[in-house]
Amino acid sequence: MLDKRSGAAGHGFDEAAVRAVADEHKHLDGALLPILHAVVERFGYVDERAIPVVADVLNLSRADVHGVVSFYHDFRREPAGRHVIKICRAEACQSMGSDRVVEQLEKALGIACGETTPDGHVTLEAVYCLGNCALSPSALIDGKLYGRLDAERTASLVGRDAR
Amino acid sequence: MTTRIFIPCDASALSVGADEVAAAVRGELAARKLDATIVRNGSRGLFWLEPLVEVETPAGRVAYGPVAASEVASLFDANFLAGAEHPRRLGDIAKHPYLASQQRLTFARCGITDPLSIAEYEAHGGLKGLRRALDMAPAAIVEEVTQSGLRGRGGAGFPTGIKWKTVLGVQAPQKYIVCNADEGDSGTFADRMIMEGDPFLLIEGMAIAGLAVGATKGFVYIRSEYPHAFAQMNRAIAIARETGLLGADLLGSGKSFDMETRLGAGAYICGEETSLLESLEGKRGQIRFKPPLPAIEGLFGQPTVINNLITFASVPTIMAEGGKFYAEFGMGRSRGTMPIQLAGNVRQGGLIERAFGLTLREIVEEFGGGTASGRPVRAVQVGGPLGSYWPTGLFDVPFDYEAFAQRGGMVGHGGVVVFDDTVDLARQARFAFEFCAIESCGKCTPCRIGAVRGKETVEKIIAGTAPAENMELVRDLCEVMRDGSLCALGGLTPMPVMSAIEHFPEDFVRAPRHAAAE
Repeated sequence: MLDKRSGAAGHGFDEAAVRAVADEHKHLDGALLPILHAVVERFGYVDERAIPVVADVLNLSRADVHGVVSFYHDFRREPAGRHVIKICRAEACQSMGSDRVVEQLEKALGIACGETTPDGHVTLEAVYCLGNCALSPSALIDGKLYGRLDAERTASLVGRDAR
Repeated sequence: MTTRIFIPCDASALSVGADEVAAAVRGELAARKLDATIVRNGSRGLFWLEPLVEVETPAGRVAYGPVAASEVASLFDANFLAGAEHPRRLGDIAKHPYLASQQRLTFARCGITDPLSIAEYEAHGGLKGLRRALDMAPAAIVEEVTQSGLRGRGGAGFPTGIKWKTVLGVQAPQKYIVCNADEGDSGTFADRMIMEGDPFLLIEGMAIAGLAVGATKGFVYIRSEYPHAFAQMNRAIAIARETGLLGADLLGSGKSFDMETRLGAGAYICGEETSLLESLEGKRGQIRFKPPLPAIEGLFGQPTVINNLITFASVPTIMAEGGKFYAEFGMGRSRGTMPIQLAGNVRQGGLIERAFGLTLREIVEEFGGGTASGRPVRAVQVGGPLGSYWPTGLFDVPFDYEAFAQRGGMVGHGGVVVFDDTVDLARQARFAFEFCAIESCGKCTPCRIGAVRGKETVEKIIAGTAPAENMELVRDLCEVMRDGSLCALGGLTPMPVMSAIEHFPEDFVRAPRHAAAE
């Protein structure tokens, strides 16, 4: 299963498209977060060059927009890999051995949490609670929630081997 | 009427294959040319039995679980549509001891009804509270809520009626109702279950709040880690608008209330009410100084009721049955029921709604049935990442705001995370600081710097570097953070840290041996 957002990531920056996305949501109260979510949804990340465009649409300073983009974990600044594993590292999952699952995954994928494999295949990220705490360990993999995970199954879900 | 098959759409059920089960059921129905309707209900909250499939038979609902997609054909072979025997058959799930001993007021419908059917919602007692509120004066609604003794279910436990009264008493061109559905505490999922399993309940509760204080606009701030809940809430709001449960003419009363959802962006701190308001306004989620209280100057500077989702979801019952009815549940100053969420290393994790007063032992041993790993329970953390770690020696403390506070803990949002005897509390203390460092909004120094230094200092203790001096430093730092932080993130991080030190001191002195063993 391919991450639907990954396709756009390789293309060049499209100012008109960013402006259109921003225009579409600017009527909302507190429009900046909805706009940034829409930008990430559409392009996979918030390109540095999108910041002045969004600022212009909302009549904010670039610093205002930059401040918001950099504050929230969701507004990634670079394209993610084709697959994204968001693995829960909070207490309930810890109690079921998620730390070990993360270690094994890091080893199998050859990256640390927060990184993307050099071939752009998979991004591994920590997340703090997915609300699936009675079925730990949990992860969101390409937007789909999984419970009772181990490293082997997690890796196989993105086409990698962790045995 | 065709047979109805219930297969939950709850995110936890999905995480263990509910969609695959639904697809398999659909496939078998088609292949066998059978007529049945699949309803995607919420979860009953017995998560170890998910995916829990129920069939409506003339003799009542019959449950099967946990069902794997690969077992669906065998269910059909066994004639489960008639409620027949099968190794996965559980019978009437409402009679399961886990559910039978609960007092489900807020979660009365969750897992039973079609979450997106207003007709079913109403047939199961929904809208009664709102209809009554529409005939009442605002002050009378506030009085009813005050009488119920309801306190904020997000964690702070502030009396809801008093908060609402404050907002009612302020004159303003626009007031707002804001629902905090930024359920970031590990070990909690009650908000998510309601949004996915009974979303009209939240809509009704917020509409009542609007009537009570004179607010016509509401927002639900939902964390982005809950994509299913966000989508379901949006569907429910659209349906509510079409049917007049929201809009300019609430149930034909001429009164107005509407609401929208907003998606968080992965910041735990936005569960703090002022930070959430900043985020809703499209800003960095940095906390605000108080005063002014949000009740006076909240969203966009206007008077705002901001409550946790479960607080709003408790209100329809209070309005339907009366504040007195609700107040009859509970103990001391903790009135009503609390949805306790049992999670982590536990055999039977799930949602337990009961009047306040259950002991931790009843929760962990009787409901939970011990650990999932089969090893002895060593600790539980109650109230999320900022809550205390409790040793089994304190398991007779009743679930009650004051009883918990007296022993240096808190009820919080009701999450109970179980750990077996492999847990290392020094590592958990280190994590508490680490989490605070990751999630700090950066506004105040005790939290921003203290969390980082705390993590480093616990690491020194774990490594066996001057443990006595460093322990003294951690205690001192915790005092500074507790007394000097602007909000609960920095202010309560000492709670897990100090409870770990107090109740599990051996993990801090034994630490070098742990390190050597690894």
